[in-house]
Amino acid sequence: MKDLPSSQMRVNGQTVNVSAVAGRRLSDVLRDELGLKGTKVGCDAGDCGACTVLLNGAPVCSCLTPVAQAIDAEIATVEGLSGDALGNLQRAFLRHGAAQCGICTPGMLIAATALLEQTLTPSRHEVETALGGVLCRCTGYHKIVEAILDVGGETTAVNPSAGKAVGTRVERLDGLSKLDGSEVFGADYVPVDTLLVRAIRSPHFAAKFTIGNVASWLAMLPGQVRVFTAADIPGDNRFSVITAFIDQPALADGHVRMMGEAVALIAGNPSLIEAIDLADFPITWQPETELLDTNAALDGDATQLHTDRVGNILIAGKVKTGAPEKAIQTAVHTAKMSMETGYVEHAYIEPEAGVAWMEGDVLVIQACTQAPVMDRDDTARVLGLSQDKLRIIPSAAGGGFGSKLDLSVQPLIGLVALKTGRPARMVYTRRESMATTTKRHPAKMTAQIGADAEGRVTGMVFDGDFNTGAYSSWGPTVAVRVPVHASGPYKTPNYDASARAVHTNGPVSGAFRGFGVPQAAILQETLYDDLANMAGIDRLKFRQINALENGDFTVCGQQLFGVGIRECLDGLQVAWNTALLDAQDFNAENTTLKRGVGIASCWYGCGNTSLPNPSTIRVGFTAKGHLRLHQGATDIGQGANTVIAQICADALGLPVSDFELIGPDTFLTPDCGKTSASRQTYVTGTAALLAGAELRRKILSLGNMGPDAIITLKDGVLHISDGQALRDIVLADMTPDDRGYALSAQESYDPPTEPLDENGQGRPYAVYGYGAQIAEVEVDTALGTVKTRRVTAAQDLGRTINPLLAEGQIEGGIAQGLGLALMEEFVPGRTENLHDYLIPTVGDMPQVDSILIEIADSEGPFGAKGLGEHVLIPTAPAILNAIHHATGARITQLPALPHRVLAAIKKGATND
Amino acid sequence: MNAYHRPESLKDALALIADNPLTLAAGCTDLFPATEFQELPGAVLDLTGIAGLRGITTGTDGWRIGATTTWSDVIAADLPAAFDMLKQAAAEVGSVQIQNAGTIAGNLCNASPAADGVPPLLALDAEVELSSINGQRRVPLDAFLTGVRRTALQSGEIVSAILVPGKAGHGRSGFAKLGARKYLVISIAMVAVRLIEEHGNVSEIALSVGACGAVATRLTDLESRLTGQSVAGLAEKIDKKYLAETLTPISDLRGDAAYRITAATELLRRTVTDLADQCGGLSA
Repeated sequence: MKDLPSSQMRVNGQTVNVSAVAGRRLSDVLRDELGLKGTKVGCDAGDCGACTVLLNGAPVCSCLTPVAQAIDAEIATVEGLSGDALGNLQRAFLRHGAAQCGICTPGMLIAATALLEQTLTPSRHEVETALGGVLCRCTGYHKIVEAILDVGGETTAVNPSAGKAVGTRVERLDGLSKLDGSEVFGADYVPVDTLLVRAIRSPHFAAKFTIGNVASWLAMLPGQVRVFTAADIPGDNRFSVITAFIDQPALADGHVRMMGEAVALIAGNPSLIEAIDLADFPITWQPETELLDTNAALDGDATQLHTDRVGNILIAGKVKTGAPEKAIQTAVHTAKMSMETGYVEHAYIEPEAGVAWMEGDVLVIQACTQAPVMDRDDTARVLGLSQDKLRIIPSAAGGGFGSKLDLSVQPLIGLVALKTGRPARMVYTRRESMATTTKRHPAKMTAQIGADAEGRVTGMVFDGDFNTGAYSSWGPTVAVRVPVHASGPYKTPNYDASARAVHTNGPVSGAFRGFGVPQAAILQETLYDDLANMAGIDRLKFRQINALENGDFTVCGQQLFGVGIRECLDGLQVAWNTALLDAQDFNAENTTLKRGVGIASCWYGCGNTSLPNPSTIRVGFTAKGHLRLHQGATDIGQGANTVIAQICADALGLPVSDFELIGPDTFLTPDCGKTSASRQTYVTGTAALLAGAELRRKILSLGNMGPDAIITLKDGVLHISDGQALRDIVLADMTPDDRGYALSAQESYDPPTEPLDENGQGRPYAVYGYGAQIAEVEVDTALGTVKTRRVTAAQDLGRTINPLLAEGQIEGGIAQGLGLALMEEFVPGRTENLHDYLIPTVGDMPQVDSILIEIADSEGPFGAKGLGEHVLIPTAPAILNAIHHATGARITQLPALPHRVLAAIKKGATND
Repeated sequence: MNAYHRPESLKDALALIADNPLTLAAGCTDLFPATEFQELPGAVLDLTGIAGLRGITTGTDGWRIGATTTWSDVIAADLPAAFDMLKQAAAEVGSVQIQNAGTIAGNLCNASPAADGVPPLLALDAEVELSSINGQRRVPLDAFLTGVRRTALQSGEIVSAILVPGKAGHGRSGFAKLGARKYLVISIAMVAVRLIEEHGNVSEIALSVGACGAVATRLTDLESRLTGQSVAGLAEKIDKKYLAETLTPISDLRGDAAYRITAATELLRRTVTDLADQCGGLSA
């Protein structure tokens, strides 16, 4: 190494030479020079810990370590943890479901390894301290902690026999690569001679711009650099997830509507491109007055962001039934409140990244995503390609939660690869990721609910403005979903709910686990507490009185069956009683610390709102006897790869262990739609059920056997037995189809929904999921700090396909709900990093007790319903209700940061 | 390509910096987050190769904490109870990963208003030892820190040690930090207290508050007021008006100014109560 006497270090026991300059980040040297991509980079600032390695046995952030300090040292990375087989710690992670998306897993494993070097029997507190520096956005940390505490435990994996997969704790089928460091995320695949791409972005919320003399700027650079602008885009320079609202330029053309909007790309050899100071790019900005607040944007004199969207309203949604005003006027008890929530950032640990290259005349894009087919269609339009000339191969996604439904790097790297013929890659910086990708909609909401003397809700009105930012994204979905769901899972005979998605020059608000429903639930569940208190009815009882039941009609006039909310609430009764007594006892003994208990419910329709969203699954046997499942649903950590296979396996009647997974890949897998709206287990799961059943029917038909016959697969032969006869199908003897399958089936499923009329009446979803949670908090009334001690979650899954993964969803959703309630607040231009934008660490998590309720839905596979978004919805209102119970403080502006809680406590005391 | 120096002696380091404008580097836990580039910008003088700059030693006149002593080194060091607050602060710096790399002098030179190490070092009457080819000088910590991201470090100088006088090594001490989450968090407010008790009364007390102004501050007026008072009920004598008179916190995302004063007052009271309880426990 230049400047230093030695250039050697020992990595995982091997001596290696490095040529990087001495001040280079160790993380980059490990990944880029030594090819050890298992070490992940999430922030380049020591805020996330994904890049943790051991330096002479001590965990450090390799992104903060100049390689000079690693010279002549021992470095240990995730690649060194396993030999031919996984080590005990990695096995424990797999067994406990401790890896979801897998992006934090190497950092977690390394941090835990350092602890286990000191003690093999650490306490929970020691584990938490050891993991405190590694952020995880998926798991809620519990399964990681449990895995480490159980490192020496049982190592036999659950391996259900044929027909018995559903309902068992099958380990993730895609887990191995998440644990040994071999998983390929968006930043991990770099073909030879790949160009590095960086974007020039707007420093202003709103501005006109003129690009200056690029040629003379390029001439000053010490190598060849290409610049691309809007003028280079061959197709229609507009994209969005909803085709009817395409409005976002891949590269802005003379005018930007948000901070961070890309206006130009530079591409070239990586060492040259990375050293360029983007501030030197020749561009002249003419800043304009920005609109950041929905009130300002709705003002009649406000500048209109998009010419065809009058009054800056992207779309308004409405659901109305009965006569709510009258019902409220005549109600015995009424409660009314206004509430504000802020931008919330998805904060997945993997910033957007990907690579594009040409294969003949086909453009291939491998990037992190939740929606490969939508990426294909949207990117093809921007780049002027036909859809068959663009192949999307999703990389592993290091978290998504809704934001990776939208395009990020795809059209940019696609453009460069298309124009240059060379592979092109882009890796967003943490700041770039947080500044330019979508957020949860900030909401300004007002609602009023009335109830009769017996505590029955008689009517509700709700009105909300949702700040949808500069471009459409999922604003239309939020505006429609909110009025449909704002009643909560409760009988509400008279109802009028309106929501508007309002354009501002803020970041684009899009999909984030719940599409606006979590915000609305916070207000509705707060009002339910007030009504219960007014009526003198126990708060759980109040919800039980109003819970929707089988045969009831929703606010959309849809008759529901398979309704599980009552069972969820009933399932919490024991925990509720105990928690109330505990709080009472504690509060009798304490003056500064006060405990409180809160409860809230959720319901959530699975799949698109009144719009088609089919999934198609193909499954078949090759002539050589491979059983392949073409699974096009992107698994962003939630577990689709495992759950879909479990469903298909039981429908077919073969064990999960017989399956090989193919895809997702738009050239190899049929369209399974997007991973959003809690639809994959239900919609793709049903397609998998149908495809598995159809393949089984074909086999039994070939064997002339009855429906109960047992099928086994061995050495390329299907053995069919009904207890009396035995028949064999030799797959090699059959003529394979064009795809190489001796026997296969492909089936599609689309949820049966109906459109909503002008009053929002109709059948928006075919399946709903339900849940309710109790939060127990301890509030420091002198400091305003809140410690969430325990969350008890009863979630109706219809049928639990995989309890291990379901618990992981619940725990992870609760972590995000806790963040929403207590600490997360994205401020554009100010919190674009993971030390100013806080997400929960391992030390912030409450104990989580999951109660899995199974009220089958006849439409779902084996009765299953969606879960992914549901779990987040009740957490924040349950916590806020618990704070109120503890202190009398009503939080009306989120998050409940200590200074806000303390102010609310003082205000509550004044009101009393 | 930028020069990168990693000398093995302080003498060599001082010679290098005497002639060149160099970025001083140690744990790099503040330098790397300040850049999005993959290498440290500018010419760098990395002090971590100098063995003599790391570690804590005891002498006749007190303690010498080498500049590149890490927070983990502080936690592991054998030190009297007066340093408990420093150890507690060390354990609250970022995460284990940051504590393993970040250094005590780096924390001071970065001069963040929320630097975790400053309140306890102020309460230990620490001085900063500055070395250059022309020799050494000592500056009291409160004079070294001159503002947000500003210090008295002059061109050609290196912080070589933090010095704690022997007489400051007495008493019990405690540190408290308030943040919006458990780990990896920047303070909303923090306090450090060192208390020497004699016969149930305060013979000496040091109170400092961080993240409530451009630099952490000793509350010397309040200290005088409390000296000689009974340890029992001491916390009640800490009124927030004394903090409001001295501190100048800002309002930002983490908390407003008035809240910071309230919170710092409460943290001081609790820390003082804990220490008073310990004194009581001993005398009982």
